[in-house]
Amino acid sequence: MSILINERTKVIVQGFTGDKATFHANEMICYGTNLVGGVTPGKGGQKHLDRPVFNTVKEAVAATGAEASLAFVPPPYAADALMEAADAGLRLVCIITDGIPAQDMMRVKRYLMRYPREKRTMVVGPNCAGIISPGKAMLGIMPGHIYTRGNVGIVSRSGTLGYEAAAQMTALGIGVSTSVGIGGDPINGSSFLDHMALFEADPETKAVVMIGEIGGPQEAEASQWIKENMSKPVIGYVAGLTAPKGRRMGHAGAIISAEGDTAAEKAEIMESYGLHVAPSASDLGATVARALASL
Amino acid sequence: MDIHEYQAKELLARFGVPIPRGSVAYSPDQAVYVATELGGWHWAVKAQVHAGGRGKAGGIRLCRTYGEVAQASKELLGKTLVTAQTGPEGKLVQRLYIEVAEPFEREIYLGLVLDRKAQRIRVVASAEGGMEIEDIAKNKPESIRQVQVEPAVGLQPFQARELAFGLGLNIKQVSRAVTAIMGCYRAFRDLDATMVEINPLVVTKDNRVLALDAKMSFDDNALFRRPQISEMRDPSQEDPREAQANQHGLNYVGLAGDIGCIINGAGLAMATMDMIKYAGGEPANFLDVGGGASPERVAEAFRLVLSDRNVKAILVNIFAGINRCDWVAQGVVQAARDLKVPLVVRLAGTNVEAGKQIIKDSGLPIISADTLADAAQKAVAAAQGKAA
Repeated sequence: MSILINERTKVIVQGFTGDKATFHANEMICYGTNLVGGVTPGKGGQKHLDRPVFNTVKEAVAATGAEASLAFVPPPYAADALMEAADAGLRLVCIITDGIPAQDMMRVKRYLMRYPREKRTMVVGPNCAGIISPGKAMLGIMPGHIYTRGNVGIVSRSGTLGYEAAAQMTALGIGVSTSVGIGGDPINGSSFLDHMALFEADPETKAVVMIGEIGGPQEAEASQWIKENMSKPVIGYVAGLTAPKGRRMGHAGAIISAEGDTAAEKAEIMESYGLHVAPSASDLGATVARALASL
Repeated sequence: MDIHEYQAKELLARFGVPIPRGSVAYSPDQAVYVATELGGWHWAVKAQVHAGGRGKAGGIRLCRTYGEVAQASKELLGKTLVTAQTGPEGKLVQRLYIEVAEPFEREIYLGLVLDRKAQRIRVVASAEGGMEIEDIAKNKPESIRQVQVEPAVGLQPFQARELAFGLGLNIKQVSRAVTAIMGCYRAFRDLDATMVEINPLVVTKDNRVLALDAKMSFDDNALFRRPQISEMRDPSQEDPREAQANQHGLNYVGLAGDIGCIINGAGLAMATMDMIKYAGGEPANFLDVGGGASPERVAEAFRLVLSDRNVKAILVNIFAGINRCDWVAQGVVQAARDLKVPLVVRLAGTNVEAGKQIIKDSGLPIISADTLADAAQKAVAAAQGKAA
């Protein structure tokens, strides 16, 4: 098992024929992802990467039975693409795009609420590296070879810091069940908490790594939920001890503006809710190993 | 992106938010001319900088004669104003706003923000205007009233009315406050703001409601569709290095240390800076080269980092996913040819072997590192002049 995607998940790519999308769609196919086609309005009927191209997501779903999509759509059109995917009934959309206006994401989230919970699309991202269930499928832009298949889940706001964790774990012989990048924007499709709940329910996952950042209430929210609902050990880390207040550190969401926003405060909150907090980014792998040893 | 008070007031006025009469001035002569045009007996001469706390820092002067307007303008223009929000380096005053000073009876706080928890716009008001919202929240939390905006339909007048009555305004004042609140909301929504703050919103003796100060910040991600906002950018209020970085698709934030950082990914950049600190050093900057870092972009990153004279060593840490190590390595080698400070490079991820080979074959004295901890320790040692 794994969460969100596996080797059978039928995947389409929105914005399929663009340069970056083509490159990464090819990587995904090479990794073993069940990529069944793609969508580019106006190019319906063509073949791309030996797979059919459709004008709309609904057509793609009807023809292929696709259940998940990877969206490679420029920021001005990203919200539209997400709503189209939700309306076509996709179970999962992962959006890599960086630079989507915050109010667009607000509207997307409101739009998703039109559907009852059990039919609601899970949006992962934006501004993220995607999702990988090692050895099974990849829905994103990560270097697949650094991950080994195993029993530890990863949820990270940062893409490259997620890679760092996976590489350290691989070096120690620890594998990953699924790694999810939720993205660095202030309003994201799904939160730490959403994925924690999935990992808790996944029998293959034995422990979860949560990699946070400065800014926003997500880490604290998830930590409290973990304390109250989670039976599996969670390893926490928050980057940004050296970040000054009021300065945005790269990600649109990474800014210290309120109480509880700093890295030190978040680490303290994680600790108080019983998470295994990694003292630094280079201790991520070792902290996971310790948490697993205590099982 | 931030804008000046006078620009925010111009924008808000277009959405029906009442503001005192005023105009911008770039010289003392112009300030006096504006005062004569405006008429009246009292004027506020206000330094335009992208920071709050101007009043306490002496950036706002109340003047009763044209002579006082001229004098205040002379003193403020060209001055570096240091307020509680500017940091110790302060901000240069190059523009003034001359405004008719209106006597008022009450000060109210009004703010609109993007609430990350609720993922909605939130309107916050307090009867304790004039104070910073953080201080109100600490000292008079019971005075704060707030409503969340349902994104599908937007702020409704009843919500604005509830806020206004909650502030203890009378019925005449309430209807005018509702106009102001609704106007601020529409400006927030239609211009892709991330913050609108009116502090204070004042109530005059004759029951008028006026925005005496105004601050607006905008979503950088939405500027592509707000050219009229982009045009308001004032580079003199921004760090020149950060502005230059922006132009090249790099994210740079200058800090006080001596180890220059060139890293891909915001999270990894922050984590690497933390590692430098653990190893006993101080990072000179935050710099995210982003995805698709071409050799040109890497070279630009080096130029930017080296423009900080405090830099004694450079640490490059790339974990390539969407990037490729061989590409980054080419950029590093190009930039390192005439480098005068030690350089530590750590590469991982896509095409790592090819990248390492390029660095090795260059024959340059580049210190390579395999892990994050190793890289940080070597950079700190190099900055302190020790052999790693």
